[in-house]
Amino acid sequence: MNSFVSLDNISVKFRNNFAIRNISGTFNKGSLTAIAGPNGAGKSTLLRLIAERRCPTEGSVFIDNEAVIGYLPQASFMDRTFPISVLQTVCTGFWRSIGNMRAVSDAKIELARNALRKVGLVGVEDRQISELSGGQFQRLLFARLIVQKANLILLDEPFASIDAFTTERLMRIILDWHSEGKTIICVLHDLLLIQKYFPDSFVMAGTCLGQGHTHKMLEDKLLSFDLDMAELCAGEDGKLHDKHMSYNRSVDLNRYKCNG
Amino acid sequence: MDNNLITPFFEYAFMRRALAACLILSLSGTLLGVFITLKRMTLVGDAVSHAVLPGIAAAFFLFGFAVLPMAMGGIFAGIIVAVLAVLLIRFSSLKTDAALAVIYLSSLAIGVVLISLGGTSVDLSHFLVGDILAVDDTSLILMSLTAVITVFVLAVFYRSFIIQSFDDGQKNTTIEMLFYALLIINLISSFFVFGTLMGLGIILLPAITARCLSNDIDTILPLSVMIAVVSSVIGLEISYHFEVPAGACIVLIAGISCFFAVFYEMLSKKRIC
Repeated sequence: MNSFVSLDNISVKFRNNFAIRNISGTFNKGSLTAIAGPNGAGKSTLLRLIAERRCPTEGSVFIDNEAVIGYLPQASFMDRTFPISVLQTVCTGFWRSIGNMRAVSDAKIELARNALRKVGLVGVEDRQISELSGGQFQRLLFARLIVQKANLILLDEPFASIDAFTTERLMRIILDWHSEGKTIICVLHDLLLIQKYFPDSFVMAGTCLGQGHTHKMLEDKLLSFDLDMAELCAGEDGKLHDKHMSYNRSVDLNRYKCNG
Repeated sequence: MDNNLITPFFEYAFMRRALAACLILSLSGTLLGVFITLKRMTLVGDAVSHAVLPGIAAAFFLFGFAVLPMAMGGIFAGIIVAVLAVLLIRFSSLKTDAALAVIYLSSLAIGVVLISLGGTSVDLSHFLVGDILAVDDTSLILMSLTAVITVFVLAVFYRSFIIQSFDDGQKNTTIEMLFYALLIINLISSFFVFGTLMGLGIILLPAITARCLSNDIDTILPLSVMIAVVSSVIGLEISYHFEVPAGACIVLIAGISCFFAVFYEMLSKKRIC
């Protein structure tokens, strides 16, 4: 198998609490994987770890040398009041490749406009990002990802607070990337979407509960429709049930510590 | 034309020096101030501005009122305090604002004690609110050097600074450290005119005013410099004619313009920064 990102028994500690513990897994080149799990499961932590190529507290992360990472953090991480126009924001996607000094060429600006057209943001190029709605802003971030030419795309809950129409539109872009052979890892809460579009799933709650084909995960009841929002369901066998309970408790503890 | 407005600058070398100092500060400090405001780091700036005082005071205690040792002491203290702040925020349970309050109050206290040990209450007031008479050629050269470094770094790393300011997903430690370094040298630079209490005034207030008046970073930067220049000139005039401290006058004018800008923004129903 051609692994693009692999996690070897990694743990990440914040102060004295493990945000994620003993996670191992592989994301193959060209795969489209959904990461699912309850709130506080460490999904965002894991994604950020890969995106920023940081070292975990324990274990190691391998990222292919050819990987160009495009990372879409949760919208709350970005300052949407920053005085910058929509088109300029898309152009910031070029900055990493052209560096600090070189000008953004007209051709690149045209690429940026095309990307905006592709996500359905037309006629707002010169507006400030503070004037965009939540859904429009998310589309803008997708436009920026398009121009970044990344081949490893990390998305953190890209469809949170976005209507079905926009979700469909953005999902189509993700599928385009998939067909172009890019490796995509996406944190997602919506089980219907995971089932419909994502061939692979990675289920975690503090630690990895399972990874593999999505339909297999559903069969194994790791992904379950019993509770909405991809809440983890205890397995039929008692062992997994116990496991699940203890993880849930540690997750709660983590959240408590984070808020305090 | 009223010659009273121009004559002080012709007749007195100290007024010319003060004007030069303010213009230099308007360029470097204010440009940096725009990024401080946009990064929502005004509180950090405030803490660091007080934090450089112990270093400056220690140098004053050892070498008397000498510009170069004081600047070095300030830089040294600034770095120590910045590291201390990062450690305190990361490893203690204190929230950022509380950690910064602990740091800047302690530094201010150390500074005041050291200055009082080595000098008079007049010295103390000069250190706290600044003194344009203290601006000599050495400090002007230091300020110019700071301005050149600041403008150069901001120009070269402009894109990195912008990304750093609004996109938390792409943090870069080098740029962050560069930012703190610029902050420290600019605060020391403005210390010579504005003292430690108002050093941040010329850096931040014009930037906040400009942010209220414009919604475009490419306009905000030059606009803030212009506001700083105008505030400096008006402030110096008032200071000369009414015989009040120059630093306070300039910051006052910058503050008033800031209030007007906020008021304008409220009226035009835009977002307040």
